[in-house]
Amino acid sequence: MTVMAASGRTARPTFGSALAKAFLYSFLICLGIVVLYPLVWMALNGFKDNGQIFGDPFALPSRWTWGNYVQAWNRGVRDYLASSLLVTVASAICTVLISAWTAYGLTRTPMPGKPLIVGLVLGGLMLSPTVALIPLVRMLQAIGLYNTYWALIILYTAFRIPFSTFLIRAYMLGLPKDLDEAARIDGASEGQIFWRIILPLCQPIIISCIILHVLFAWNEYLFAMVFTNGSAVQTLPVGLTSLMSKNGTNYGVVFAAMTISALPIVLLFFAAQRYFIRGLSEGIGK
Amino acid sequence: MANSGLARMEGAALSNAAGEPAAKAGRPFRHWSSLRWVAVAVILVGWFVYYPIVDNFIVSTTDEDIFTGETTNIGLANYERLLHDPVVWVALWNNTLYALISIIFQVGGAFVLAALIEGLGSERQRRFWRAIYFIPSAISITITGLLFYFIYQPDIGLLNAGLRRIGLEQLIQPWLGSEHTAIYAIIAMSQWQGFGYSTLLFAIAIQKIPRDLYDAAVMDGAGPLRRLWSVTLPLTREMTGLMIIVTITGAFQVFNEVMVMTAGGPNNRSQVLGTWLYQQGFIQNNFGYGAAIAAVIFAVTMITGAAQLWYTRRRRIEL
Repeated sequence: MTVMAASGRTARPTFGSALAKAFLYSFLICLGIVVLYPLVWMALNGFKDNGQIFGDPFALPSRWTWGNYVQAWNRGVRDYLASSLLVTVASAICTVLISAWTAYGLTRTPMPGKPLIVGLVLGGLMLSPTVALIPLVRMLQAIGLYNTYWALIILYTAFRIPFSTFLIRAYMLGLPKDLDEAARIDGASEGQIFWRIILPLCQPIIISCIILHVLFAWNEYLFAMVFTNGSAVQTLPVGLTSLMSKNGTNYGVVFAAMTISALPIVLLFFAAQRYFIRGLSEGIGK
Repeated sequence: MANSGLARMEGAALSNAAGEPAAKAGRPFRHWSSLRWVAVAVILVGWFVYYPIVDNFIVSTTDEDIFTGETTNIGLANYERLLHDPVVWVALWNNTLYALISIIFQVGGAFVLAALIEGLGSERQRRFWRAIYFIPSAISITITGLLFYFIYQPDIGLLNAGLRRIGLEQLIQPWLGSEHTAIYAIIAMSQWQGFGYSTLLFAIAIQKIPRDLYDAAVMDGAGPLRRLWSVTLPLTREMTGLMIIVTITGAFQVFNEVMVMTAGGPNNRSQVLGTWLYQQGFIQNNFGYGAAIAAVIFAVTMITGAAQLWYTRRRRIEL
């Protein structure tokens, strides 16, 4: 009796677990196909002409020419890409520097009303851009920043400071105080301590912050749509929708433009996955 | 805003900040000059994040004549109009639907998926699957929205062609053009785009569970389901609760995908609060009424935000 039960217990898991494993992997693979196939379809359609696009959607392109991609690039994607790059890089630098600066002040210097300031800066996390939209339009029109790169750079920076400050502050709280205390005794100024000691130590979280910011700024749509209206300053997400209304009948070009826009950020994710996940992990906390 | 996943994570961050002890000041006396460290951030956040929220309430009590540019104070008339606007109720329902479906897939589904992936043998495999499922989240929801706009197209779209191929012709329809399916089609795209992000967040939470708890459970003869129920679920409960709250917050701020795919149509059936705000404020040039709609979004996000703070405080006391 006991022997049978024991053998039953060892035999069943092997068969059962093999079956479970087979199910598990087929599920993961099917889900992977559901995730990836639409993206592959998008890239493939960039090689097709209208005749083929209206034909069998599952067919491979009949010829592999880059014509649509070249056309998309010349018809605006180049300019949108340049705008996106400028806005993303500028706002990433501003956000990270200001946030690191703020986090240093909040963790390393004595100041009056510190809990209030911490609450004010981090509380910004709760406020949504949608709610601020209408007043922001009036404000930016009044100060003459409407339809400029500055509008997006300033807004992306202001709305991302709370989150970046939160991440960097949490990291700085974990750094030992001995180093800056020693430097202070040696007569280093606060500025020197920040630039020479603390900022270099924060490099991993700074990289995570930059990646999270780039992911946000590169993909942002609401502000970019409302605060820019000339093609000269439009970023990729907005440019794509206007490209679609201009070339609405030439689907291949639109698909090619979408693929070109999606590619840089996917590549960035794969290249910087480690830092990205560290940022998420820090953000979620202990 | 641009990316529901990012927003979700920020929400998690916020709660974390709330429970953290305030940093101790290095010296007992106060230095006013230290304020220079925080001045830039306080000015930028105050000016561009806080002030507009206050201003929004002022705008919402006014009516602006777009021809003369004159504004008149009309008190709470815009709010009264909200109550009698049928589209507001459609939008509120659509936002709620968004929240419910996202909780099922991006919290429930993502949790199970993350547990399955973390149960795989090698770290290389786990990393591979997490990365594959994450790809759509890295891409702008504007692009994925456009992509699914094409996928749902009756003439060139993948979906109808696929249904025809597997013999389900009776299901074929103009997904975004029909009043009954438009909002569901948009929500489905959003699940496709966002579940990989929540899966990654859950995976990180599961990784923080000490391995020996699982070993102990195996010794006690607990099967995989039992381990999921008795070890993984209770130990990621804080994360799960947070994800639910943050998903609700995100669902009430939805804008991009609806704007790109249907702009609220057909016949306003797929409007959400965000797109109705845009339609009223920027297409109809009715700033006052748009601001009143924004105030509704503000109220909902404040309630969920408060729930989040309360929830994390409570959890911390229990632990």
